[in-house]
Amino acid sequence: MYLLDLGRFSKAHSSKTDMSKIVKLKKGFDLKLVGKANQELADFAPAQTFAIKPTDFIGLQRPKVLVNEGDTVKAGTPIMFDKAMDQVIYTSPVSGQVVEVKRGEKRKLLEIKIQADATITHEDLGKANLASLDRDALVAKIAGSGVWPSIIQRPYGIVANPADTPKAIFVSGFDTNPLAADYGFTLKGDENYFQAGIDALAKLTTGKVHLNLDGANPTPAVFANVKNAEINKFSGPHPAGNVGIQIHHLDPINKGEIAWTVNPYGVVQIGKLLLEGIYDASKVVAVTGSEVTKAAYVKTYTGANVSTFTKGNLNSGHVRVISGNVLSGEKISLDGYIGYYHNQITVIPEGDYEEFLGWIKPTTSKLSFSKALGIFSFLNKGEFKVDTNTHGEERPFVVTGVFEKVLPMDILPTYLFKAIVSEDFDEMEELGLYEIIEEDVALCEFVDPSKNDLQELVRNGIELLMYS
Amino acid sequence: MKALQNLFDKLKPNFEKGGKWEKFYTLYEGHRTIAFAPDLTTKAKGAQIKDAVDLKRVMITVVIAMIPALIFGILNVGYQHFLAVGEEVTWVDRALFGAMAVLPTLIVSYAVGLLTEFTFCVIRNHPISEGYLVSGMLIALVMPPFIPLWQVALATIFAVVIGKEVFGGTGMNILNVAMTARAFLYFAYPAQISGDQVWTYLSGETAVDGFSGATALSVAYNAGVEGTQTAVEALNAHNASIGGDFSFMNLFMGWVPGSIGETSTLMALVGAIILIATGVASWKIIVSGFAGAYVMGTVLNLLAVNEYMAIPPQYHWVMGGMAFGLVFMATDPVSAAQTETGKWIYGMLIGVLTVIIRVTNPAYPEGIMLAVLLMNVFAPLIDYYVVKANKTRRLQRATV
Repeated sequence: MYLLDLGRFSKAHSSKTDMSKIVKLKKGFDLKLVGKANQELADFAPAQTFAIKPTDFIGLQRPKVLVNEGDTVKAGTPIMFDKAMDQVIYTSPVSGQVVEVKRGEKRKLLEIKIQADATITHEDLGKANLASLDRDALVAKIAGSGVWPSIIQRPYGIVANPADTPKAIFVSGFDTNPLAADYGFTLKGDENYFQAGIDALAKLTTGKVHLNLDGANPTPAVFANVKNAEINKFSGPHPAGNVGIQIHHLDPINKGEIAWTVNPYGVVQIGKLLLEGIYDASKVVAVTGSEVTKAAYVKTYTGANVSTFTKGNLNSGHVRVISGNVLSGEKISLDGYIGYYHNQITVIPEGDYEEFLGWIKPTTSKLSFSKALGIFSFLNKGEFKVDTNTHGEERPFVVTGVFEKVLPMDILPTYLFKAIVSEDFDEMEELGLYEIIEEDVALCEFVDPSKNDLQELVRNGIELLMYS
Repeated sequence: MKALQNLFDKLKPNFEKGGKWEKFYTLYEGHRTIAFAPDLTTKAKGAQIKDAVDLKRVMITVVIAMIPALIFGILNVGYQHFLAVGEEVTWVDRALFGAMAVLPTLIVSYAVGLLTEFTFCVIRNHPISEGYLVSGMLIALVMPPFIPLWQVALATIFAVVIGKEVFGGTGMNILNVAMTARAFLYFAYPAQISGDQVWTYLSGETAVDGFSGATALSVAYNAGVEGTQTAVEALNAHNASIGGDFSFMNLFMGWVPGSIGETSTLMALVGAIILIATGVASWKIIVSGFAGAYVMGTVLNLLAVNEYMAIPPQYHWVMGGMAFGLVFMATDPVSAAQTETGKWIYGMLIGVLTVIIRVTNPAYPEGIMLAVLLMNVFAPLIDYYVVKANKTRRLQRATV
């Protein structure tokens, strides 16, 4: 059975010790890129403006702005909410003045920009003793603070609905994405807040809180002594750190079930809310990529303008600034804003050039999962410099078996993608669309020789299911 | 290179909307992207970088993997000719003779196929796909050495139009394109692609006394029918007087009559190594195909009621085009099974069917062509059950 790769365990070996699991994943691909952030805080000039971008929040349907241009706000002052889910309040990350409410076509809300004060003051949201709060009061407290959007619902990967009770909550304690920030550095010293956040989460679910750690590397101090959560260890190449992959191996999501995920930064924020009574959006962000002269961390706030981090810090002029990582991030402009969920920016060269016989030239300097590019590419053990060129045009699905090698789940990706293309609702459900979101197929999109936009496709499929 | 870029830039307005050759934009784009990898960049959302491999690279890798078989085929066509007419000549002469027989077939296959493909791209206004790079080479390699060129052209058009384009083009076809071309000729013009007379190009000269143009497969089959000696003895005796050699080793090397590129198991294996090392072809199909043939050969040994059934199973690996078909045809990702589990079953059944057709069917001495086509048709069924098993696992998980 196993020899025939029937995929029952998706080639993962899992073993149970007590309750927690150790899962070794084999499928996937680690992208080794130039420009990893040094473990130091750089002295870049502080960002002046910050923005809340409604487009960051997937599933946000009818945003209603609560402030006007010129209003002064504190960190934690309500800025907007979703009329479709009005308990969840989006609040200001910093104190200062609302300088612009930017709208696009059809008055679509794009950005709410806030000019920050020199020293940040916070709304007093009230400290709370977890033991004395019942679940409803706890939900109301988190939902009103601005931290709630950190809680993501699976299936669909949307902001969680406070009215739901999830069957379990999952926190991935490591990020295997290219040039990802190291939580051991960005959350240094936040042990107590993290524990308080975990305790709060434990109250929100009828099931377990799973904290999934990197089984191949030492556990950072912030996660070392966590109680009140099930500790699982995952090892293997990217996407082993993706929470969706971890859920699949721990307690997969079936039709009709709801689970929540929170990233460690969100957990710390929940802890700070309870222990300090504030919405603290301060965040350590990794500035990475081959085109930054100094790749390092910078301490700022959620939604920071990136221009001060890149000004005078670029190796070349023709670059793309990405909020997030190169696999699932988003292009922003040189003076754009970091996304709510991102703790990393990546700067790489734009790839809008033609290359003479680029498709056939033998090379060891281009990054590829496939060995067809150069059987000798294993000689290049170093880090790769990548650009945004697609290296080819879009084609129908031809090559088979490649997606399977980078998706460590018992899912048949090609069939799932084809089900979405043909808008076959039953097939989408039966083939596991409830279990994945964009980031889980980001590697599939990267390796696809036919250059299809698979993350967009998956989102389209999810929307079909959500709104059907 | 700047000059070439400028030339393309200068021509571009003619092909754009409103230009005089607007309809032919896809041809312009197709040629430009062959000369230059395009300047396309990733979208604002989603993967910001993409793997350096594209379909062009994948397809050219398959073509490269077939070049050893092509070169060997050219030499072998010359070798077989001078062996049959009993002349001692140098390898240069053999190569030249072989090239004169083989290259026209190759050129016709590519020229006619690409023209057909381009026509469809222009009519349908879809981009030129790379699939025919491989099909064009394959069609030539599975032809007998002196097939009339008009038949090559006809088969190519049939395969591209009926085998591929009517289903929607590259990636959508059900049958392997090159096998479709060969099957078309096999049933439409059997005189030029079957029997004992077509595998050695005599070029009008007379063969030496005692020469027989039979292939190993038909010699083995006849041994089974006659029953006077074992199949291996019959093979060893074949053409022995004039220096022909159907020993196991020589069948493996491929200095025997047959289609242009199919005779050498060794060269097919060289191709297999390239395809597997680059990850372009599924090793599962190749390995399970050879295993299936061996298993079926062994089963027939046990049942043996005639000498052909008793032939050692490894002979099936080296006779005819089995190795070539398994490595280059069965692994075509579009027409093969697409699930990883399905690939094992698909390859295995091709091996099994090939041997069954060879040994038990009097009409078709070679089984690989029909086995591949048959399994092409059944591949979606295999996948259907593998996919169903996946769905069932998900459903069971939900109910426990």
